[in-house]
Amino acid sequence: MEELLNFTKTLIHISSIIAIIGVSVSVIILLYRTMRGPTNPDRAVALDVIGVNIMALTGLIAILLVSTQFNDVILLIGILLFIGTVALAKFLEKGVIIERDMD
Amino acid sequence: MARTNDLILRTTTALIAFILLGFSVYLFFAGHNKPGGGFIGGLMASAALVLMNMAYGLDVIRKVIRVNYLYMIFTGLLIAVGTGVGSFLFGAPFLTHNFGYFQLPILGRTELATAILFDLGVYLTVIGVTMTIILTVAADREESE
Repeated sequence: MEELLNFTKTLIHISSIIAIIGVSVSVIILLYRTMRGPTNPDRAVALDVIGVNIMALTGLIAILLVSTQFNDVILLIGILLFIGTVALAKFLEKGVIIERDMD
Repeated sequence: MARTNDLILRTTTALIAFILLGFSVYLFFAGHNKPGGGFIGGLMASAALVLMNMAYGLDVIRKVIRVNYLYMIFTGLLIAVGTGVGSFLFGAPFLTHNFGYFQLPILGRTELATAILFDLGVYLTVIGVTMTIILTVAADREESE
């Protein structure tokens, strides 16, 4: 029983490290798109997906460190990401982020 | 310029703003034993207010939420200083905080600390400062035209 527990622990450790490496490679490819993206919407979408990858990284690191203190951070990154992407989209679409009168 | 339709943004804002405000209140009350506190809670509440401003426009939100954010900064600082001065009433040094256990109706035996009043001051001040900065910048351009 003790052996099985240790085996599971090592398995989770190794698989989370492999997943962190995979997400990091994805972030690097997205950084290439952010730098060389031909248009500004490409960069906006790439930054949005980088944020999603950062949420995944936070969750994986929480698994690696065996901690529940990062759960709020994941939700926080998601909310700020949504608001930032909406602001970027409004700026690209209309030129202003907060309009005075919309009707 | 052609009029654009913001129906999806407005509908999602009406749903998400409540989640954001609830998360902000959760962070505010979780600050004692978990990550969170007045500062990040205030930032979340102002994020919800900024999202509503982005979706519905400045004038509509000013009609719905009739809050002067400059007075909100003043109220927050007053509460924060008041918790410091209030310790003089009990003959304790400035900013001395205390806690006690109380029997609440639904929650049962709960630890209530006076530090949450100081945190409330921080919360209101952070909302006031953030919204003052953002709304002042947002309302800047069209007045000069």
